[in-house]
Amino acid sequence: MVERERVVISRSRGGDGRQAAIAQEFSFTSDLVRGLADDNIAEAIRSYRLRAWVLFERLPMPTTNDEPWRRTDLRGMNSGVFRLPSQVDLERLRLPEPPENLLRPLAGEAHGGQIVITAHGARVELDDSLRQKGVIFTDLRTAEHEYPHLVEHVLGQIVHPEEGKFAALAGALAQTGVFIYIPPGVQVEKPLHSILWGAGVNLAYIDHILVWVDRGASLTYVHESASHTEADGQAFHAGIVEILVDEGANFRFVELQSWGEHVWNFSHERVRVEREANLDWIFGAIGSHLTKNFSELDLAGQGASGRMSGFYFTDGVQHLDHDTQQNHLAPHTTSDLLFKGALRDKSRSVWQGMIYVAPGAQKTDGYQANRNLVLSKQARADSIPGLEIMADDVRCTHGATVGKIDADQVFYLRSRGIPYREAERLIVEGFFDPIMQRIPFEGVRTRFQDAIMDKMG
Amino acid sequence: MSELDIRNLHVSVEGREILKGVNLIVRQGEVHALMGPNGTGKSTLAYTLMGHPNYEVTEGEVWFKGKNILELEPDERAHLGLFLAFQYPVAIPGVSVANFLRSAINAKRRAINPEDKGIPVPEFRRMLKETMDLLKMDHTFASRYLNEGFSGGEKKRAEVLQMAVLRPEIAIMDETDSGLDIDALRIVSEGVNTLRGPDLGVLVITHYQRILNYIKPDFVHIMLDGRIVESGGAELALHLEEHGYDWLREKSAEAMNG
Repeated sequence: MVERERVVISRSRGGDGRQAAIAQEFSFTSDLVRGLADDNIAEAIRSYRLRAWVLFERLPMPTTNDEPWRRTDLRGMNSGVFRLPSQVDLERLRLPEPPENLLRPLAGEAHGGQIVITAHGARVELDDSLRQKGVIFTDLRTAEHEYPHLVEHVLGQIVHPEEGKFAALAGALAQTGVFIYIPPGVQVEKPLHSILWGAGVNLAYIDHILVWVDRGASLTYVHESASHTEADGQAFHAGIVEILVDEGANFRFVELQSWGEHVWNFSHERVRVEREANLDWIFGAIGSHLTKNFSELDLAGQGASGRMSGFYFTDGVQHLDHDTQQNHLAPHTTSDLLFKGALRDKSRSVWQGMIYVAPGAQKTDGYQANRNLVLSKQARADSIPGLEIMADDVRCTHGATVGKIDADQVFYLRSRGIPYREAERLIVEGFFDPIMQRIPFEGVRTRFQDAIMDKMG
Repeated sequence: MSELDIRNLHVSVEGREILKGVNLIVRQGEVHALMGPNGTGKSTLAYTLMGHPNYEVTEGEVWFKGKNILELEPDERAHLGLFLAFQYPVAIPGVSVANFLRSAINAKRRAINPEDKGIPVPEFRRMLKETMDLLKMDHTFASRYLNEGFSGGEKKRAEVLQMAVLRPEIAIMDETDSGLDIDALRIVSEGVNTLRGPDLGVLVITHYQRILNYIKPDFVHIMLDGRIVESGGAELALHLEEHGYDWLREKSAEAMNG
C-alpha cells in the first residue's frame, strides 16, 4: 500500500483566547471496538480500529474555539447517554422498520442491489447479473471477513482518523456500513441503493461506507440516512464515507440525509478521483437536529473532474453545517460546486467551502457557489467561501449569497391570481431549479420537491 | 357586462397624497386611455387597483362585479377578472413561463372550486401553443424562465401572453409602450388588438400618444396632479399631441380657483 500524500489545509484559529465551554463526553468504552481479540479479522483492519480508538480517546470534544466548529455548538448534545444498539435493546424496544417509500428506487426504474441497515443488522440484495460480473455490494461486516484485501485498499486511506473526534469515533466503532467494489471496466447500469435506518432514542448509529470503483468502471450509488422524528430524547449518528474513483472511472453518488429532528449527525466524507476519472456528487439534506458534515473532493490524478451539487432546507430549530473542500492535487483538474439552501423558522445553516490548488496543479478550473434563501427573520445562513491557490496558471471563481424573497416577486405572482403561500413556494422552487437541473433522476428530484412542499407547509 | 367603477379614490404613498379623488368607469368591451405627464399618479392608480401593499387608500371605493375590490387581496382581484400588465415585469428565476401560467390558471380554478384537480397538462399545452400562435410567438418562449434575461420587448410580449391566457375582463396596461422601439411597440399592440373584443375592457396608461396610433381608444382621459381633469374621445389624444398639457393646467387651475 502506497502511502498517499495527505492534504491538510491550515485555517487560522479563531476565538479570542477565552475557554469555550465543552460538551459532555461520550461514555463509549474500548471493549466496543470490534475485532480487537478476533483473529478472523485482518491485522490491518484491527490496527486501524485500534489507532482510531486511541485517537478518539486523545482528541478533545470540539468546541467553538476550533475554527471548523466556530458556528456549531455541541453543548446541547447528551453525548453521555448514547449507546450502541444491543441485543437487549432490540428485544425490549419495538423499533419501527423503515417506511416502504424509502425502499423504492430513487434513480431509474429499478435498482441493481439494495442494502437496508437497521439496528437489527443488514439485509442485502444484489442482482445475480452484477454478482457474476464480480461486483461486490455487501455490508461492512461481511466485507471484512470475505474481502479483507479489498477493504484494506480503501479503509482509512482516504479519510483519516486523525481528522477529528468524530472521524476517529466512526473509524473505531463503526458497527455497520456498506462496501462496494466494481471491477475494472464493469459498467453498472442499474443503480445500487442503500439505506441506513436509525430508529429510536439514546442510540448511536455508527457506520462506515467504502466504495472502490476500479479503473474504467462506472456506477451510480444512492445512499440515504433516515429516521422518524422522536418527540423526546436524542439520537446520534457518526459516519465515514471513503470513496476511490480509479483511473478513467465514472461515479455518480446521490446522498440523502433525512434524519429525524432529534438526531445529532456527524460525518467525514471524501472522494478521491484518479486520472481522467469523473465524479458527480449530489447531496440532499433536510433532516437532523444538528449536522456537521465534512465533504471533500480530492482530484488526485491529471484530468480528474468532480461536480458537487447540494440541496438543503431547514426549519424549526435545525442547524446544518456543511464544510466542503475541493482539492486540486494534479494539473488539468476541474471542480464545480453548487450548494443551495433555504431556511425557515429559527433554523440555521453554515456552509464553509474551500478550493485548494496544490503547487504544480496547473491548468485547473475550480468553481464554488453557495446560495441561500432565508424565509424568516429568525433564520440565519452563514456562507463562507475560500480559496487557497498555490499554483499560478489556474482559474478559480467563487460566489456566496444570502438573500430573502423579494416582495415585488410575490406581488407580481399574486397579481396573476397565485395566493401568497403558493407564490412563495413557486419562488423557492425556482430558486432550487438550478440544482434540480443537475440531477438526472426524476425520483430524486421528486423527493426534493416533496421536501419543499413539506417544509413550506 | 362587468365594469370597473372607481369612485373618489384617494391614495397616499409614504404619507404623501398622490391620487386626490379619481373617478372613472371602464366597461368590458371598451378601451380607455389614461394620459398625463410623469408623476401625476397614473402608475399609482394601476398599482392601487391591483392591490400593491405600498399604496395606502385613504378614501374612496373601487367596485367590480358587486365587490369593493379594495377589500380584496391581489390574487382575489385577479380571480375576479382584473389584470395588470406591469411597466416593469419582475423576473422569477427558475420558474418557466409555462409552469407559472399553469400555476396561475390552477390557482383561479381552485378559487372557484377548491376540489379542482387543475387543468390537465395536455389541454394546457394545447391552449398555450394556440395562444402563442395567435400572438405569433415562438413556442420556445414557454420554457424560458419568466422575464429572466428578457429584452424590453420580450417582457411586454410576455405580459400580453399572460393576459391572453388568463382572459381577464378588465386589463390595466401600465406604460406598456415604455422602453419599446417602434417594431416592438407594433408587435405588442397587435397582440393587444388581437385580444380586443366585447369581453375585454382595457385601460391603457401612457404618457405618449404614439401607442394610441396602434391601440385605438374609445375614450381618452387626462390626469394631472392626481385627478382626471379632462375626458373625451380619441381626438383628445391628438389635441394633446399638438398642444401639450399647458392648456389643461390653466383650465384646471381656473376651475380650482372657481
